[in-house]
Amino acid sequence: MTHRFLLALTGIALASTASAWEFRGETGVEGRYFTDGPGTAGYWHNGSVYAKAELFHEWNDRDDQFVFIPFARQDEHDENRTHADIRELSWIHVADGWESRVGVSKVFWGVTEGRHLVDIINQTDLVEQIDQEEKLGQPMINVSTVRDWGILDVFILPGFRERTFPGEDGRPSLAVPVDTDDPIYESGAEQKRVDAAIRWQFWMGDWQFGLSHFSGTTREPLLALNTFQLSQAQLGAFAVTGQLPAGYKPRFIPVYEVIDQSGLEAQYVSGGWLWKLEVISRSGQGDRFTALDGGLEYTQVGIFESDLDLGWIVEYLWEDRDELLASPFEHDVLLGNRLTFNDIASTEVLWGVVWDPETEERAWSLETSRRIGDRFKVSLESRIYSNTGEPPTVEQIVGASLQEIPPETPLSIYGQEDNIQLEVVYYF
Amino acid sequence: MLRTLSLAMLALLPLPALAETPAQTPEEKGLEIAREADARGEGFGDFQAGMRMVLISKRGDTSERELRVMTLEGTGETEGDKSLTIFDTPRDVRGTALLTWSYKTQDDDQWLYLPALRRVKTIASRNQSGSFMGSEFAFEDMRAQEVEKYTYKYLRDEACGELTCFVFERYPTDKYSGYTRQVVWMDQAEYRVQKIEYFDRKKSHLKTLTMSGYQQYKDKFWRPDEMEMVNHQTGKSTKLYWTDYRYDTGLTESDFDQNALKRLR
Repeated sequence: MTHRFLLALTGIALASTASAWEFRGETGVEGRYFTDGPGTAGYWHNGSVYAKAELFHEWNDRDDQFVFIPFARQDEHDENRTHADIRELSWIHVADGWESRVGVSKVFWGVTEGRHLVDIINQTDLVEQIDQEEKLGQPMINVSTVRDWGILDVFILPGFRERTFPGEDGRPSLAVPVDTDDPIYESGAEQKRVDAAIRWQFWMGDWQFGLSHFSGTTREPLLALNTFQLSQAQLGAFAVTGQLPAGYKPRFIPVYEVIDQSGLEAQYVSGGWLWKLEVISRSGQGDRFTALDGGLEYTQVGIFESDLDLGWIVEYLWEDRDELLASPFEHDVLLGNRLTFNDIASTEVLWGVVWDPETEERAWSLETSRRIGDRFKVSLESRIYSNTGEPPTVEQIVGASLQEIPPETPLSIYGQEDNIQLEVVYYF
Repeated sequence: MLRTLSLAMLALLPLPALAETPAQTPEEKGLEIAREADARGEGFGDFQAGMRMVLISKRGDTSERELRVMTLEGTGETEGDKSLTIFDTPRDVRGTALLTWSYKTQDDDQWLYLPALRRVKTIASRNQSGSFMGSEFAFEDMRAQEVEKYTYKYLRDEACGELTCFVFERYPTDKYSGYTRQVVWMDQAEYRVQKIEYFDRKKSHLKTLTMSGYQQYKDKFWRPDEMEMVNHQTGKSTKLYWTDYRYDTGLTESDFDQNALKRLR
């Protein structure tokens, strides 16, 4: 009996070493310096640390996988940026021609570099980085099949994640901050609404296509000013004097409506050229609108007879959304370069500018990184907004909101938020 | 009489073969060698291996990368092999993977998986002359060497170590290749590449690859344990050490699609 028990134990021990657990992670320290001054948040520089772990296990001859990725950040000033999230906690099962993914996971859709219009499954973790590349974990049941006619993915998305926004003490510091405590939902189920999505990817020669549809609560809330808290008398007084009523704290409230969004991705590969297009059509937030991002990427290998590769990125961003709701990138041009050094440290430089030919506003970004030793990576990033004009005052924002005047220079809210960021990440 | 006749016949027998040899051009002989080498590599099915890559700078500083390689042999008329390369170190690129579908007569399809973004990016095939992971190997040096991707010209026989080698040139048919020609030393015993000299678009000697430590797997397939690429123009070099070769690992097409990329760890 004891023997049998011991044998069983040994068997379990052997089985667990045969399909071992893997643990890895990274932790980073980041410093930001705001070159235009302390802004409304009142500080020039900010420090922050994060840690991300990854626990991974596979069994059944790799037909089953388990992934757990917790993430946490501590920020010096912004209590909203001090946050934790389960980026992934999912079970993946692979069967013949089929694959399922159950739990919290992360999915990326799209082909362009400027905006990720089609990418809609995961909510943006905006406090992490203004470029919207960081995402929150999304609960999902995903079934995927790979066939001769392409890859078909079906998603059931129970549980909605609210977008994170910098807090009152966060930066970019806005004259009117976003109050994330009490968002407004169109759906009575609020965060418990079950959303759904489908995507079909297919290939035709040198063309790659993706067709998708999402039906559910928008990931991109409209921001409503809380002027509805004011009485008619107070509004009248404001219209005459331009002074905000005493005790009134202007705040933007996120409004999450239920939308339907259809997406198209297309990519054409020809020699060194990559032609890219993303188009969406969305209904449910004001009038139905269309937005697109299309362009090309071209890489010159070994420029100046060196090991350096120089990539060119040119994209055109456009949307026909109602002016009041339009993004700052409604008719803009993105121009960027990616310089790859192909050295031992994997040095890379990526810069870009999004330029609005009508308003002359420009949003510049620079991202450089290199490895130090085998376990460290250092990156330097900068974001600069030019020709935006002065940021609007609180009174101007409230006034424009009440009179429904769209901003002439939508990027002006970031007019005092130019910054450089240095980050060191350690991998373990 | 009968005996004389049969003797005469015997004498005649080698003649057609002798007559053929002068008619075979150096181009035909080069192609024949390449085809024979290719035929000897056929039927491997699938394999997985580990790879340690050591980058050596001009000053002698070194940096290491560890990779895993999976390859599935192509079976169709036009399809070549499918391969997947996964980076384990350096740690900042851990989980990054390169998926290649090679074709005999058209550009390969390549995708790069970026694990932090969970994003699969298409790589334009023309960038094949670019450096693979900062090493002296270009993407095109790492891919399956399909016969159809070159034209050939036999040069001479030459001693290579203890063996005798065919020496032949091959010229990439792809206009986007970084090379104008390659000179290949291949041993006559087992048709294994021993050395390749690479000539760049300006026709000057750019790199030399030497392969050593050949071992035989499945009683048939020879694989080198070590490959060294020296860049004569920069003084840098890269060494590849192959480990843990395994054949018949049960890989299928579904291990080489975009969903498989997203499952990699």
